[in-house]
Amino acid sequence: MRIAGYAVMLAIGLIAPHVYYPIFLMRILCFALFASALNLLLGYTGLLSFGHAAFFGAAAYVTAYVAKERDFSPAAAVITGVVVAALLGTAVGLVSIRRLGIYFSMVTLALAQLLYFICLQAPFTGGEDGIQGVPRGHLLWKLDLGNDMVLYYVVYVIFLASYYFIYRVVHSPFGQVVKAIRENEPRAISLGYDVNRYKLVTFILSATLAGLAGSMKAIILTFVTLTDVDWRTSGEVVLMTLLGGMGTLFGPSVGALFVVTLDTQLSDRVGPLVTVLIGAIFMVCVLTLRRGIVGEIIALYRRVVGNSHHG
Amino acid sequence: MTEVFGVPISALFGQLMLGLVNGCFYAMLSLGLAIIFGMLNIINFAHGAFYMMGAVCAWILLNNFGLGYWWALLIVPVGVALFGVIIEQTMLKRLYRLDPLYGFLYTFGLAQVIEGLFRYKYGVSGLPYETPDKLLGAVNLGFLFLPEYRAWVVVVSLVVCFATWFIIEWTPLGAYLRAATENPQIVQAFGINVPVMITVTFAIGVGLAALAGVLAAPATQVSPLMGANMIIVVFAVVVIGGMGSILGSIITGLALGLIEGLTNVFYPKATNTVVFFIMAVVLLIRPAGLFGREK
Repeated sequence: MRIAGYAVMLAIGLIAPHVYYPIFLMRILCFALFASALNLLLGYTGLLSFGHAAFFGAAAYVTAYVAKERDFSPAAAVITGVVVAALLGTAVGLVSIRRLGIYFSMVTLALAQLLYFICLQAPFTGGEDGIQGVPRGHLLWKLDLGNDMVLYYVVYVIFLASYYFIYRVVHSPFGQVVKAIRENEPRAISLGYDVNRYKLVTFILSATLAGLAGSMKAIILTFVTLTDVDWRTSGEVVLMTLLGGMGTLFGPSVGALFVVTLDTQLSDRVGPLVTVLIGAIFMVCVLTLRRGIVGEIIALYRRVVGNSHHG
Repeated sequence: MTEVFGVPISALFGQLMLGLVNGCFYAMLSLGLAIIFGMLNIINFAHGAFYMMGAVCAWILLNNFGLGYWWALLIVPVGVALFGVIIEQTMLKRLYRLDPLYGFLYTFGLAQVIEGLFRYKYGVSGLPYETPDKLLGAVNLGFLFLPEYRAWVVVVSLVVCFATWFIIEWTPLGAYLRAATENPQIVQAFGINVPVMITVTFAIGVGLAALAGVLAAPATQVSPLMGANMIIVVFAVVVIGGMGSILGSIITGLALGLIEGLTNVFYPKATNTVVFFIMAVVLLIRPAGLFGREK
């Protein structure tokens, strides 16, 4: 059942660019990866980072800058962006895991805002304009990433690899400990686990993957703006995770599909009312749909089938 | 002219005064956040939106109904507080038993809805709001040219903040409130209507935010975006101060406003970021915040 489901998804992903705009699909893949990265932290450790746009945006800025101004190849530019996101994640993680619960969310939000102002003022970020015209270049001197179809399949492979990585992390002994901490932290401590180290490592992994999503976004859309480090972006990615289902592997991708589609289809037509709609979805989700779409489907499936398989 | 570190002393005090005015808004907002968190176990992300509502509603009263500043000062906080009560009674109250995370997410959505609607109706450019005639003047104190309106904001904010502190710390009502924060079940068992107290607390917190908004209307740029930028700074203020102490959040708010003012004199580039830097440093030295208790 599960394998069949994944096979169908895989096939849809392969056929999709022949049916719909590749750029739009790549955008969804980027945000799906971004939301999955957040979910690794939120869904499996219970820590709500409200500043994940910092890692996404910082990586996007660095990638755009080195690709455009320093003539890095796209692969090298993406790797540089990801490394910066990992380092930033380490710094932010070290500060923010010192406060838990809802304080953690406020701290991450405030630190992300700090980065926003740095991006606004730093000499290489282009201020209000951002960085435009990032060259896509060639991958390994052969694959022309300027071609949307080629780029789509490269992005798709990176997305699948990241998704598989997250799957392995969640189902590893490390992932089991992380879940145990979420369920009952005092018990995990009493069993001798260094809880803070597990949280920090998860935070860094999550920030790094968010950075990967940001770096790819810079190459795909060929521009980076302040929106990428804005707190609204952090909020949107939280919504994707919540809407799709926190703590489910596939939920964040479903959420990303919904929110990105909504954003791109409506923002030209209704302007600021998109914000209203997104806010309203947030409220409805919290009031009635806390398990998210995929979470509800899994719960329904379990009730119908009546088995206690968990995953 | 006298100078301090190469800065004219009147410019220095002028910036400090501006910082103090901002600090008053931080104090009123973080005070509201703290009492709401104490009773409802919710961090109210919409607090900035209520602040913005205060300012924009004052503007609406003046421009659509011809009711001036003094009416706004009276009507707007009550009106916005009533709006808060409706939200609390219809939706927020279902979230008390859940992880505070959900209250945070819900109020984030609420803030987006409120701000989006105001942006749709009033755009993003500033809405000019005149200083009331009676406070239009300025006093020359020698070392400082003090606009009366700024002095008025500081006095009103301080009186309101310390009155709130006095009520919570020194009156029977405040004692119930503190007790209900510690253990609502027992207070309820003593025959005190805790749900009503929760609603009233939320209304007061929201009313404080709206009052700060009305006070801010003539002093800053009124715009539907003013709350969003405010709330993140106030979160940092709350993290720095810790939410355990009412007096602590007032003092932290005022102090950070002053520090921002000073930064604006000596290193203007960091004015927007200094509060966040201080937050990071405080977290490394005293994770519970300056006045906080580790829970």
